[in-house]
Amino acid sequence: MNTYVKFGALMLLIVGSLVWLAFSGVKDTKTYYKTIPELEKMGTQAQGQRLRVGGDVEPGSIVKDGSRVTFQLHQGASTLSVVYMGSDPLPDTFKDNAQALAEGRLASNGTFEANHIQAKCASKYEAKPIQRVTHESASASS
Amino acid sequence: MENVGALSILLAFCLAVFAIVAALVGKYTRRPYLAVSAERAVYVVWGLLTLASGILVTLLIQGDYRIAYVAAHTDKAMPAIYKFTAWWGGQQGSLLLWSWLLSTYCAVAVFTNRRKFRDMMPLVVAIMMTTLAFFVAMVAFVASPFQVLMAGKGIIDVGDGNGLSPLLQWWTMAIHPPFLYLGYVGFTVPFAFAMGSLLTHQPGEGWIHTTRRWAIVTWLFQSIGILLGMGWAYTVLGWGGYWGWDPVENASLMPWITATAFLHSVMMQEKKGMMKVWNMVLVSATFLLSILGTTLTRTGLVASVHAFAQSPVKPYFTSFVVGATVLVAIAVIMNLPYLRSEVKLESIVSRESSFLFNNLILLASCFAILWGTLFPVVMEAITGEKETIDAPYYNRVNVPIALFLIFLTGVGPLIAWRKSSLSSLKKAFMLPGAIGLAVIVGLAIAGIHDIAPLISFGLCAFVLATVTSEFWKGSRAIQAKEHIALPRAAFELTWRNTRRYGGYLVHVGIVIMFIGFTGSAFNKHETRNLGLNESVRFGRYDLKLLSVNDGETSDYRFSHAVIELSQNGKVIDQLDPEVRVYNNSQEQSSIVGIRRRLNEDVYVNYSGVLPDNSKAIFQMYLFPLVSCIWMGFWVLLFGTIVCLIPGKVRLQYARTEVVGFASAPATVQS
Repeated sequence: MNTYVKFGALMLLIVGSLVWLAFSGVKDTKTYYKTIPELEKMGTQAQGQRLRVGGDVEPGSIVKDGSRVTFQLHQGASTLSVVYMGSDPLPDTFKDNAQALAEGRLASNGTFEANHIQAKCASKYEAKPIQRVTHESASASS
Repeated sequence: MENVGALSILLAFCLAVFAIVAALVGKYTRRPYLAVSAERAVYVVWGLLTLASGILVTLLIQGDYRIAYVAAHTDKAMPAIYKFTAWWGGQQGSLLLWSWLLSTYCAVAVFTNRRKFRDMMPLVVAIMMTTLAFFVAMVAFVASPFQVLMAGKGIIDVGDGNGLSPLLQWWTMAIHPPFLYLGYVGFTVPFAFAMGSLLTHQPGEGWIHTTRRWAIVTWLFQSIGILLGMGWAYTVLGWGGYWGWDPVENASLMPWITATAFLHSVMMQEKKGMMKVWNMVLVSATFLLSILGTTLTRTGLVASVHAFAQSPVKPYFTSFVVGATVLVAIAVIMNLPYLRSEVKLESIVSRESSFLFNNLILLASCFAILWGTLFPVVMEAITGEKETIDAPYYNRVNVPIALFLIFLTGVGPLIAWRKSSLSSLKKAFMLPGAIGLAVIVGLAIAGIHDIAPLISFGLCAFVLATVTSEFWKGSRAIQAKEHIALPRAAFELTWRNTRRYGGYLVHVGIVIMFIGFTGSAFNKHETRNLGLNESVRFGRYDLKLLSVNDGETSDYRFSHAVIELSQNGKVIDQLDPEVRVYNNSQEQSSIVGIRRRLNEDVYVNYSGVLPDNSKAIFQMYLFPLVSCIWMGFWVLLFGTIVCLIPGKVRLQYARTEVVGFASAPATVQS
């Protein structure tokens, strides 16, 4: 057989199996990103799907009880109770008023069972008092 | 002073544009003086950007809180070293750093080639300067670090700034961005030379010889940058890991992967004149992925834990990446005949084909990561729904790829160029293969039954055995010939061909790192609540909470726990996890307690107290073999440096050419 044909067949085999792996991987770990109002609209339809929900952490709502942490996320007028029981420590940026992303599933009682939390300080990198001032500022360079 | 800074950036932009125009006009109207003038402009641009950077650093260190950037990223309490590193602590400053590094690279590239490649250099200058002009334009017009704070019409001085995020006040984090940028930026030079040589149809592989060292050095910088980031995530972030497949992490990994592929396949072009299109694609892909990486980090294109907030530079970056990709594709397709391969692949069992497979696999991995990273963007554009994919996806695709790559790392050196015979293969593979199998069987008997780690450890042993045998065979030959001690013979061997044996050392480093990655299959984790003087059993250890102290420094409030670690009733160590809340930013920072040992790390994070204050909450982890990752990195660093030392004998990459066939059997020479 021609070397190039053999080579091509081998490559096809490798690429094919990787593509298959990738697609099954996508199917199994695909997570829908929803806002809290969207989640409310979906109702029971949302249960069982892997979801990622974003919102602000309600001040004073974080209760740590060993590996179980509960808190409220809110966005506008909607709120969502979240219970986190994952194995990773919560990020340092996770605190009152932080923007948080909770990943997990919606339980039948309406609480969100998260296994992964990401958080960004509302003020991360670009600090607040400065932002207020720079709204009116002019650039020194232009 | 800020006006001088802003002005010099503006001038730098104008001169960069001048350099592009002068180089191109000089080349195509055959006016060499214009090309020379363009090269001089490169030096001046570097001078201007150095001045601007110097001014920004001075403002940061002096604490001029009229400047928005200074106020946003420093405060009076910060140590001077972090005031300096605030240069790249925010968007505007890091874009300036990017530009300055690139202009430094350009100046060095122009200087070292000032008497070479006269017909190609104008194009090289034009390509490098186009990239630089883009970044300088961002700094000059879109994200200026010299913006002053104003209320109404008056400049205001806020007196003190917001400080740097405490998470970033850490030495590895302070130097992590510059190293990554050195890597990102550096590939602009090989890219410019590759494109220049393509467009001017240079004979031979001159661009490869000139940029080989660039490629290795920037690859090394990328490796250092990535490793620093991993070390920082492990010791500072306190989430108990070093890699999370976050878009920004992926962004740094992708150009590293294509650069790795490039460093391998470029040997094929040097030695055999093969894979020319492929190399052109790889060097361009590395450059484009570097820019894409900067885009991901700097613009919040994909939601990420450590991306900056949405920023005004996003549309410009996206257009630059897309535009450059299209131009590169056109250039390569238009010049395909120039890139025709000189030699054909002869056998599937040959070193050539092992290089091809290595490249294919690396590219597949890179593509899988790229797909995962851009998945949310693509899906939102197609279906309108926001979807993401997570770590399990990346692991599922990359674990088999990694195993196959380790396998090739071991196989590569053993098979001959052109064609390997079955009997020679058998001979070469016998011992290393047996050692690999013995490791698998031994570990299986010892109680490890997961299939992926078993294969991984076996392959690692296989590769280490092949590399050792390469060193052994070579050293013994020299020893026999020159009658010197074996260690000296090994040294002599390495020195004679630094590229080859340095490369083997890099492989050893990578393999040691993979042993560390494989260890993660055996991680253990538990969250426990502990009262004072309460003990808990974790793995082979007993952890006892001795005390919890709260206190305050001028910078932060802290809660400090002391945990005694004992094994078999004997106290062996003490861990001091701590939680800090910084006064200025009200940001929290966890300092984890780690006992680092070669076989496993004990890692304790203190995450607060129960609502009734009776007990403290601790997350405890065992990380087997994680130290191998850092150790492997030092070996990689050493190996890369060996590669960069000029070899004593310069014959390895002489081109092999078939001059004729001997009809009589070759005579045996003594």
